Amino acid sequence: MTALQEKLVFDKSDCIADRVTHYCPGCQHGVAHRLAGELLDEMGLSQKTLLVTSIGCSVFLYNYLNLDSVEAPHGRAPAVATGVKRSCPDKFVLSYQGDGDLASIGMAEIMHCANRGEKVSIIFVNNTVYGMTGGQMAPTTLEGQKTTTSPAGRNPLKEGMPIKMSEIIATLGGTAYCARVALNNIKNIRQAKKALKKAFEVQVNGLGFGFVEILSTCPTNWRMTPVQANERIENEMIPYFPLGVYKDITAGEEV
Amino acid sequence: MPNSERIFIKGNEAIARGAIAAGLKCYFGYPITPQNDIPEFMSAALPAIGGEFVQAESEVAASNMLIGAAATGTRCMTSSSSPGISLKQEAISYLAGSQLPAVVVNMTRGGPGLGDIGPSQGDYFQSVKGGGHGDYRMLVIAPSTCQEAYDTAIKAFDLAYKYRNPVMILGDAILGQMKEPVTTWTPDHIDDHNSDNWCLTGADGRDSHILRSLFLGEGELAAHNIMLEKKYKSMEAEIDQEMFECEDAELIVVAYGSIGRIVKSTIRNLRKKGYKVGLFRPITLYPFPSEAMKKLALAGKKFLTIEHNLGQMVEDVRLSIRTITDSDFFGFYPGNLPTPDDFEDPILKSMGGK
Ligand SMILES: Cc1ncc(C[n+]2csc(CCOP(=O)(O)OP(=O)(O)O)c2C)c(N)n1
Ligand code: SF4
Repeated sequence: MTALQEKLVFDKSDCIADRVTHYCPGCQHGVAHRLAGELLDEMGLSQKTLLVTSIGCSVFLYNYLNLDSVEAPHGRAPAVATGVKRSCPDKFVLSYQGDGDLASIGMAEIMHCANRGEKVSIIFVNNTVYGMTGGQMAPTTLEGQKTTTSPAGRNPLKEGMPIKMSEIIATLGGTAYCARVALNNIKNIRQAKKALKKAFEVQVNGLGFGFVEILSTCPTNWRMTPVQANERIENEMIPYFPLGVYKDITAGEEV
Repeated sequence: MPNSERIFIKGNEAIARGAIAAGLKCYFGYPITPQNDIPEFMSAALPAIGGEFVQAESEVAASNMLIGAAATGTRCMTSSSSPGISLKQEAISYLAGSQLPAVVVNMTRGGPGLGDIGPSQGDYFQSVKGGGHGDYRMLVIAPSTCQEAYDTAIKAFDLAYKYRNPVMILGDAILGQMKEPVTTWTPDHIDDHNSDNWCLTGADGRDSHILRSLFLGEGELAAHNIMLEKKYKSMEAEIDQEMFECEDAELIVVAYGSIGRIVKSTIRNLRKKGYKVGLFRPITLYPFPSEAMKKLALAGKKFLTIEHNLGQMVEDVRLSIRTITDSDFFGFYPGNLPTPDDFEDPILKSMGGK
């Protein structure tokens, strides 16, 4: 009998379900889920986390993280999260929204949730399109970007400029932490995890609202290969949506 | 009875106090006349007992906060009036689809659109037939006095948990703004009907609880709807109505809520004049008391439905008795406050006596 020689050096963390995801190849929703799941386990939060899932490609998040979860109507996750946290202040409340969900239909809910300083953490995945419904224009769609409802490219004269959520959320009184990160390379992924950790910490410490905007790919609706999609984040998205910490009341630092 | 006292309060406050007696912990609302007494009362009363009050940014947000609190098994409520209830319909459909217990209060005003802030029963269709999307039902209870409003608030929570479903208390500007003596009471026992089996507490050493209304798998939604349909059918056990002077009546007037109460006074006056007329007041509007009404039809009674609208509940009355007889209808226009005298002529006309 030969004993197994390999040593396991890396495994998925407990919170992440053993299930194949439905995401398209090269989509970074899965990476964002993974970061959140790893952190919840590392910070010892998964047993007390109540998850609010939203509408969009990430609607099945509750199938991928082994957490108690409730599904919110389109855009309303911050209001649902408010109800969860107010009824159970001792729990850790996490929500996850796309850009159509958070910055369009749910604009009022996110602004007021942040402004009230609800002690919840929101992960905001910005891929500049409505993914699930087939690639329509989102509030974050870049100038000139072609989508199925902006076939000639987004025209700021008719459709306005892409909304910069992190900059807006940072101005609201109840926000304790707000940062924008990207998942296009290892360095940025590490940075993203750090930002998420900070956002989770401000909730754990009862300091206020935590918000992390993640620039993420949608190769399918961008009509790109996964590699091209990663390059688009670097070359087109980051210049308009600069990465960084926009508010951190623990550091007294504002960018 | 524990915590019993006799107090003089508005219908709105009676509902608020009843809800607190029933164990309410979270209230989410947004101002709209004629129900502002409820959020105003809650803003002081709930924090005082360690509960939570949130004035939301909109009715949409308030009712979605309700989803969040209901998901944790916490007794929660929202209240509004007609235009605000239109906005709450999104969350009501999701509450029903995700099987979450919560109480929604609608103290109606005149419509359509902005209408006025006076009394009306124009929200019957919206409440009873489901103003939100999809196949769902909600228990709808319509009290007619401040005492009944208090008692109904307590009962509504029990039913919401029993059926894991939203329950609506349907009142109007008359009930909300009217002051009456109310005897308060607190239930000795609060039954959450094993909410621990489904609510969110953190998946600590057990499989996760997932509260959702999305069922994409083949046949999954059909199975969900079959289960919901059975549940809605079983709610018939809760059917409730008041019958007043029906025994020997030739004509039965069907009226609910505040109008039912005003009609009762009309009937008292007409009885004194020797007219054989009775009142059938549905208390549960969904499920509708069709069987009891049908029995009266089989006994040869005539029917007149009186509502404070252009004719909504009358459709359910007609459905209930359609194989035997029909119902006349008298609609008192929204925007005005009826008195018992206003109903005398229509009743006599329907009896053929005038
Ligand atoms: C009230 C309502 N309006 C519209 C929809 C349809 N809808 C589903 S997902 C979606 C867009 C989601 O886009 P986004 O938030 O950017 O997430 P992504 O799919 O890109 O991850 C829309 C409009 C809905 N479910 N509910
Ligand atoms: S459509 Fe876009 S966002 Fe949705 S799974 Fe595919 S790549 Fe990801």
